[in-house]
Amino acid sequence: MMRFKTLLKHPADWMSGGKGDGSSVVVTSRVRLARNIEAKPFPGWADKSNRIDVLNSVRPAVEGLSEMKDAFSQSLDELTSVQKQVLVERHLISREQAARGEGSATIVNRKQTYSFMVNEEDHLRMQAIRSGLKIREAHEGLVKIEDKLSESLPLAFDTRLGYLTACPTNVGTGMRASAMLHLPGLVLSDEAGPTLQGVARMRFAVRGFFGEGTESLGNLFQISNQSTLGESEDEIITRLERVIGDVETYELNARQRLVEKDPDMILDRVGRAYGVLKYSYTIASKEALNLLSLLRLGAELGLFEDDGVLRTCDLLLMDIQPAHLQLHAGRKLDAGLRDAIRAEIIRGRLQSLQPPAIGKLKPDNGGYPGERDHE
Amino acid sequence: MDCENCGEKATVHFTQLVDGQMKKMSLCEACAEKKGILDLDGFGLADAVMGPSALSPASGQQDTCPVCGFTRQKFQQVGRLGCSHCYQIFPDELDSRLPNMHRGVIHKGRMPVGARGGELLQARLMRLKGELEEMIGKEKFEEAARLRDEILELEKEEELAK
Ligand SMILES: [Zn+2]
Ligand SMILES: [Zn+2]
Repeated sequence: MMRFKTLLKHPADWMSGGKGDGSSVVVTSRVRLARNIEAKPFPGWADKSNRIDVLNSVRPAVEGLSEMKDAFSQSLDELTSVQKQVLVERHLISREQAARGEGSATIVNRKQTYSFMVNEEDHLRMQAIRSGLKIREAHEGLVKIEDKLSESLPLAFDTRLGYLTACPTNVGTGMRASAMLHLPGLVLSDEAGPTLQGVARMRFAVRGFFGEGTESLGNLFQISNQSTLGESEDEIITRLERVIGDVETYELNARQRLVEKDPDMILDRVGRAYGVLKYSYTIASKEALNLLSLLRLGAELGLFEDDGVLRTCDLLLMDIQPAHLQLHAGRKLDAGLRDAIRAEIIRGRLQSLQPPAIGKLKPDNGGYPGERDHE
Repeated sequence: MDCENCGEKATVHFTQLVDGQMKKMSLCEACAEKKGILDLDGFGLADAVMGPSALSPASGQQDTCPVCGFTRQKFQQVGRLGCSHCYQIFPDELDSRLPNMHRGVIHKGRMPVGARGGELLQARLMRLKGELEEMIGKEKFEEAARLRDEILELEKEEELAK
């Protein structure tokens, strides 16, 4: 099994998004399946010996999967609070799992595309993450894994209610599929609220990707299914893909309108983001995330010559999180020091990035509307 | 027991809601048929006898899961169950909650490898109808009511799938 330090030295496969397959409004896709062992008390009700019992049967089964060759596997009580927090920031484990200790474990493959939580709310939660809109692929990967696991693990299943879970909100498919969307166009044109409320009315859950509750930093939003019973996995994913496709279209339309109506505003925002990120010596997490979102928008609108900007932005989103900074520094940092180190990391990554090329927004006349009149 | 209508030997026993009170009734086959209660396929009988509100779910329920010791009260507090077996112990609690949580109440997705090649919808319907008849015969009306709801749900699903 791989050491934790080795694992976290490398960014996850899915973090280096923006690989140029179409638009990059959808940053990542995630699918999670909740599974339990028949007639064993669920982790929230089990005593320690029950939990260890389940852990001892589930953990080797997961570690033995061919997909999990050279995986990282660790009991939660063996991890420091910073290490747990790094896993939370990478969305490899939940906050709930991070709060657990002996009797719970996490297993993550080398590419960090598959992660397993043993004894979180359910006995086993398996997750697949991919960059871009790849919900179906992520699910197919998990299905193969579950087929193998169910040969050795007696999974709790009922022909009427499907997979049985600790909370009835997950019963049936036990599947939570989600996508993280970058929506600066909708936010800048004050349309994010109404659009996402419409999504919520269709019984999908919408949350900010960073921060608690509905607060959204970096204009990143997560859309996921709420209902897990009464529809097949395929039906759920199809419905989710449709609504994500709609939101993506609204976002691209909003950007288009902004570019047509108010190119100066877009240029100003991207230019200022570039300036502050490249030259600041102390920057709080919230400001950094929001400015990185604008830089990313600039990259998506083609304002930068360098085609690695998207990737740089996506990697920075993770690397400037509090626990990542402390892992980088190798010690606990107070907020002031975190802001200084955050600025230092960002400056370093953007060192060679040239300023946004303003003419790109108006390829027809190479500049602002009306500029030609002065010539 | 004799038929309440004619005094012949009663073969049909059921519970009926009369003026808001549950009342046990016994009839002979001929009288039951006359009253439109007896239907040859047995399923109509259940329909006629048990309106959705005709059965009180309160009696005969278990309050503790024999597998894990989790209680009904605990579930009402935390909204989570103690183990997979609890789903069989507190079905009434779940029946009242699941429709608000999900888009349906019958699983339509995948099955674990071991359960596959098992029952498809049609086979399940046949089996449940058989069980329903048996429960009515044994006067287990609560279980019969649940089976009936399940059959109705499955038939709805079947309609949708067409
Ligand atoms: Zn009679
Ligand atoms: Zn139980």
